[in-house]
Amino acid sequence: MGVLRTCLAVFMVLAAASQASAKELVVDLSKSVVAITTSFSGSELLLFGATEGKGDVIVVVRGPLRNEIIRRKEKIAGIWVNQEEMVFEQVPSFYAVASNRPMDEFLSSKIRSTYQIGIDYLDLNLSEEYRAASGAENFRRALIRNKQKQGLYGRKPGDVIFLGNRLFRSQLIFPANVAVGSYGVDVFLVRDGAVTSVETTLLTVRKFGFEASVFNFAHRNSLAYGIFAVLIAAFAGWLAGAIFRKA
Amino acid sequence: MQIYLPIAEMSVNIFLILGMGGMVGVLSGLFGVGGGFLMTPLLIFIGIPPAVSVATEANQIVASSVSGVLAHWRRASVDFKMGMVLLVGGVAGSTFGVWLFTILRGMGQIDLVIKISYVAFLGIIGGLMFIESARAMVRSKRKTPAKRHHHTWMHGLPFKMRFRRSRLYVSALLPLAIGVVVGVLAAIMGVGGGFVMVPAMIYILGMPTAVVVGTSLFQIIFVTANVTVLQAVNNQTVDILLAMLLMIGGVIGAQIGARAGAKLKSEQLRILLALMVIGVCAKLAYDLVSMPQDLFSLGGLAAH
Repeated sequence: MGVLRTCLAVFMVLAAASQASAKELVVDLSKSVVAITTSFSGSELLLFGATEGKGDVIVVVRGPLRNEIIRRKEKIAGIWVNQEEMVFEQVPSFYAVASNRPMDEFLSSKIRSTYQIGIDYLDLNLSEEYRAASGAENFRRALIRNKQKQGLYGRKPGDVIFLGNRLFRSQLIFPANVAVGSYGVDVFLVRDGAVTSVETTLLTVRKFGFEASVFNFAHRNSLAYGIFAVLIAAFAGWLAGAIFRKA
Repeated sequence: MQIYLPIAEMSVNIFLILGMGGMVGVLSGLFGVGGGFLMTPLLIFIGIPPAVSVATEANQIVASSVSGVLAHWRRASVDFKMGMVLLVGGVAGSTFGVWLFTILRGMGQIDLVIKISYVAFLGIIGGLMFIESARAMVRSKRKTPAKRHHHTWMHGLPFKMRFRRSRLYVSALLPLAIGVVVGVLAAIMGVGGGFVMVPAMIYILGMPTAVVVGTSLFQIIFVTANVTVLQAVNNQTVDILLAMLLMIGGVIGAQIGARAGAKLKSEQLRILLALMVIGVCAKLAYDLVSMPQDLFSLGGLAAH
């Protein structure tokens, strides 16, 4: 079923590509919503598309922006204590990049930093009060390193695979700890060292069913939620006691 | 089998959580401690955010304490009068504790404060218990009975109350003060506080060990219930699904532990608990002084 749907979608992309011949790049995702349900342990998505004529393709996925705080420990009286801290503003909570061949082969670093393609080219801006402080580069690297450890920033670029000259696909992998929110998927078409076309698709990561109900209950009616949690616990304890007495 | 936790916002192995709940549940029933001092560090160790670990563990201890109290109630080893006095202090202390927790969190040092508190309290209590129970074991071998009541300044305090079940006549201020201290620790360290209360009841109040376990569990129910509600309201960090998984393992374990505890001698129980407390303390102390893998860490409470 999934394969059939994907084939159909690829066919439609092809049809669209041939109709709108003015468009150099057509992209679609196998689904536009990543549903977080009880059995959620990460998700894989298929991105596919077609180009008009030859060129290299780069896919960049960016998660919702948020502020991140980084702290550095120092040894004080024999104990490691959090000391200096820096706050980075509006950092993507998730970042992954994929291309059909190593990007150094066809893209200058100037263009990569313009479009923020690749982790080394990502704009990570310190919030105002920390901009004058020294040693920011260490904190920047630490942010990336910690994000990579959590699997939220890709360690190495993924693959974009061309099927023939025009059709391509790429697998997008989301770990279980992805943040809820809106994700941007940018697909770049590169020719002769210049970006000739960009297509942006949006993707939503959302909680569904039981997960959404519990989360909303806890946040919208927190006092009732707390009391409910205590009652459940008391009941569970009593139940176990009653069962074990009979046994 | 993986399961996604709605508040912790992460996927965990369901059998790992059930197993951890069961293991700590056995200890809970055996020693009359909530088990939080083991479970909270374990939860943080498997990657649950510390704020969620602390709040959810409080919720789970409610369940394991209820089933533990039922088992002790049937053996008539709960001093309800003493429990109520401890409870009044405990509710006041834990409310103050959650308030203090919020302030320390704002200062960015809550993690360190939690760990240092653990090392200090576990070290002192574990050490004292080990020495005391080792002495008691030697004494019981020589068959000379230990004197239970030493008269000190504490027995001159006013508001004396008679606690029949504990066979005590002491000032109500003593259990009240113990309740307050334990309540503060319960909120800040994310524990039931049994590991502090049990020794305090034995060594400060002079209660018989058989009554201590049931009575401390009785008090812990209400203090952790108070912490659960306050954490849910202030921080929205109580994960019901995680708590339920821990409960399933925990309540079964607590029953097994309570039965095993009835067959063991109290000196043996105490020396076992002392060794466990010293073990956790040593691990935490080592983590504080050894060089961390990464000097930099991400996020507010998440120092791991």
